Amino acid sequence: MESIKDKVAIIGMGCTKFGERWDAGLDDLVIEAAYEAYEDAGIDPKDIQACWYGSVTQPMVGIGCTHLAGPLKLHGIPMSRVENWCTTGHEALRNACFGVACGMYDLVLALGVEKLKDTGFPGLGAGRGMSTVLEARRTAPGSFGMIATRYFYTYGLSPQEGKRIIGKIAVKNHYNGSLCPKAHFHNRVTLEQVTSAPIIAWPLGLFDCCGNSDGSAAALLVPASQARKYRDDPIYIKGLGAAHSALLPQNRPGFDWLHFEEVINSSHQAYEQAGVKNPREQIDIAEVHDCFTSTELLLYELLGFSPEGKSKEDIDSGLFELSGGLPVNSDGGLKCFGHPVGASGLRMTYEVYKQLQGKAQSPERQLKNARLGISQTFGGPPQVAAVAILGKELGYP
Amino acid sequence: MAGIISYGAYIPLWRLSREAIAAAWGSASAGGERSVANNDEDTITMASEAAIDCLAGLQREKVDGLYFASTTSPYKEKECSTLVAMAADLRPEIITADFGNSLRAATAAFRAALDAVVSGSASQVLVTASDCRIGYPRSNYEQAFGDAAAALLIGNTAKPAVTVEGTHSLSNELYDVWRLDKDTYVQSWEDRFIIEHGYTENMERAISGLLRKKALSVQDITKAVLYAPTSRAQQGLARRLGFDVKTQLQNLLVNNVGITGCAHALLMLVAALEEAKAGDKILVASYGSGCDAFLLSVTEGIERVKGNKRGVKGYLDSKRPLSSYARYLSYRGLLEPQPGEPFRLFPAATTSWRERNWAIRMHGSKCKNCGTVTFPIERVCYNCRSKDNFEEVRLSDRKARVFTFTLDNLAGRSDDPTIPQIGVEFDCEGARAYLPMTDCDPGEVKVDMPVEMTFRRLYEGAGMYNYFWKCRPIR
Repeated sequence: MESIKDKVAIIGMGCTKFGERWDAGLDDLVIEAAYEAYEDAGIDPKDIQACWYGSVTQPMVGIGCTHLAGPLKLHGIPMSRVENWCTTGHEALRNACFGVACGMYDLVLALGVEKLKDTGFPGLGAGRGMSTVLEARRTAPGSFGMIATRYFYTYGLSPQEGKRIIGKIAVKNHYNGSLCPKAHFHNRVTLEQVTSAPIIAWPLGLFDCCGNSDGSAAALLVPASQARKYRDDPIYIKGLGAAHSALLPQNRPGFDWLHFEEVINSSHQAYEQAGVKNPREQIDIAEVHDCFTSTELLLYELLGFSPEGKSKEDIDSGLFELSGGLPVNSDGGLKCFGHPVGASGLRMTYEVYKQLQGKAQSPERQLKNARLGISQTFGGPPQVAAVAILGKELGYP
Repeated sequence: MAGIISYGAYIPLWRLSREAIAAAWGSASAGGERSVANNDEDTITMASEAAIDCLAGLQREKVDGLYFASTTSPYKEKECSTLVAMAADLRPEIITADFGNSLRAATAAFRAALDAVVSGSASQVLVTASDCRIGYPRSNYEQAFGDAAAALLIGNTAKPAVTVEGTHSLSNELYDVWRLDKDTYVQSWEDRFIIEHGYTENMERAISGLLRKKALSVQDITKAVLYAPTSRAQQGLARRLGFDVKTQLQNLLVNNVGITGCAHALLMLVAALEEAKAGDKILVASYGSGCDAFLLSVTEGIERVKGNKRGVKGYLDSKRPLSSYARYLSYRGLLEPQPGEPFRLFPAATTSWRERNWAIRMHGSKCKNCGTVTFPIERVCYNCRSKDNFEEVRLSDRKARVFTFTLDNLAGRSDDPTIPQIGVEFDCEGARAYLPMTDCDPGEVKVDMPVEMTFRRLYEGAGMYNYFWKCRPIR
């Protein structure tokens, strides 16, 4: 197997304002993200040779690539729609990278979008059409709440202590979001507010759950060898990982509800390609899938940032804060951006891209000397995970 | 000899105090409490519970028939016995039939089962009876009725637990209680007329006829299991027949369950059998447009049956108070709760049919190569990828516990807003299932808590009801 490292570069990205975009339809979101990316790259859209479009079909809106081709007036070029639960945005990016890496295309667009606020209910709804009976009442917080329960139990944390620990993640991400103009939420919250908020799905309270937002993000990709024709600070793809587990967690015989092979495998794939031996030391910025605070807690361990069962100590020491050794979700994460499913992987990648370039919106958030970053999504009931590692220098690490 | 091989019962967990009903209306309470089926229960699910209770410890493959009796079956057209038989995981090659419309439906099924085993057309027939009748708001019936199910396994074997010595039936055309095809509530004629010329007259004739046929007197009867719409009617009849009300009359269960429609005579019989000993003679009589009377004789075999089940006694003791009359109205669909989040995928006849072995029988797949058990059934083994190399194993009666859980406040309906979603681990090669927990206080759910399976109605969609298994705290 070959590595993707340093074969593909991102030369432009765009990201909409995330939020309750009552005024904007799917098409408006697509235009907003794509045109920012065009401008960032300095390209003419007529030069785009192929597109990968990430959007989740149900219960959201749109079908095929109609909502990509139409608003952008992209005439007569190949377009593929990808969908894979919460990793959909990463899947668009990953497949677009492969289109470039194989030599087929010289300029491609990867775009993810979701319009959640046209459904009439908060959250992603119940069930996912997997079966009429098996998951008829499953919700996203319900699924991830089961991980939190088992995590607390396994590591002997009382519900109060467990909620305190994950609560600190909400406080951190809300703080970061308050510094990020494109985030949906800009409010800072206290630990007391977080732990006393109404329960959505025990043990997860309101502030443990990510927002519910509309949004889109896009990337323009070229062969790494051509990147400097477009700009002085292209960002290089260092590793791409993706993995699916064979069964939903609730059906896996003997599963411990902690060691999600999809997360572990996908990150190992990407680390190996990138040459990351010690993610805790080598990664400078991480955007991870904080759909719920408890997810971020577990991801610290599964991604190799913290030893098993020891996230708590790293949270308490501030390792993952903006000023810490390994800032996580410096833009506020899903917590403050919400999770328009198809967009999220690319939105996270946008933050890593901007941070590596030293161009984060609002200077308080800009990290010093970030050279290597990771964006990561984890979704489904959950069952699938994806990772993209980005770097600003060819040959590093 | 033809007789009863086993019995079972089911009484829903929830009990509504009659004080609560009376308080809601500013009327008088009849005292005591009544059972109330949960909002995910109906006569099919209750009959399934009673059937499974009846079959505990027995070989299910020996059963070659299942009858379902109810005046309140969820379907007007579509057999219910087939669904109960499948939830009870009986073989497909069995006789099934639904008995309905009459408060005597259960005893009619009992007689039909007896006839079948006596004639030799079947060797074991499981008779289930289940009712969930609704009285008009504020009516006496609303307080008097209860919800329950009962089951009898009828067989022709050398040593049944109870033998049937004789039967006597009579038919009587009378409007005493009825429901039109479009009615929700039970209608009735004036009490004085229907008790005197309906209930008392018919029961007296049938019971006297049976005793005469068997050349017995009332003193020969150990226990008289007399169905009745009220305690007063029951005691009046017993006195007229010459029974000692204190010692010979089986408790009507009106004070702690309520009158449970066509299931009631069988429910009372089960309660009587729980206390019976070898040699007892039991008289059973049910009423509804006539009367069916049975003379039963208890054998030593009764002791083998007793230890194995919850029965009336077990389910009577296992109860929780329903917090309000409003909740009862909502559980019965008389008040419409605000639905939770919309259901995405409606039942389809095709999928229900394809998935029947795991969704209704609750079978998992056990890999013949590595032993891994998966639920639902997986054709390719999760562990070793052996293809189509498995046997089906029933999980509905396996020990199980909570492996992990959440208490979900998003997807519930307004009368039960919190859904405990449980990652269940079976005592069966690490097999797992993802099931909502019912009949519980969500606040009590804990990791490692033992749970048991219960067959429930999940939701209505595409014009069908949709059934699946849930778990509940051990009752």
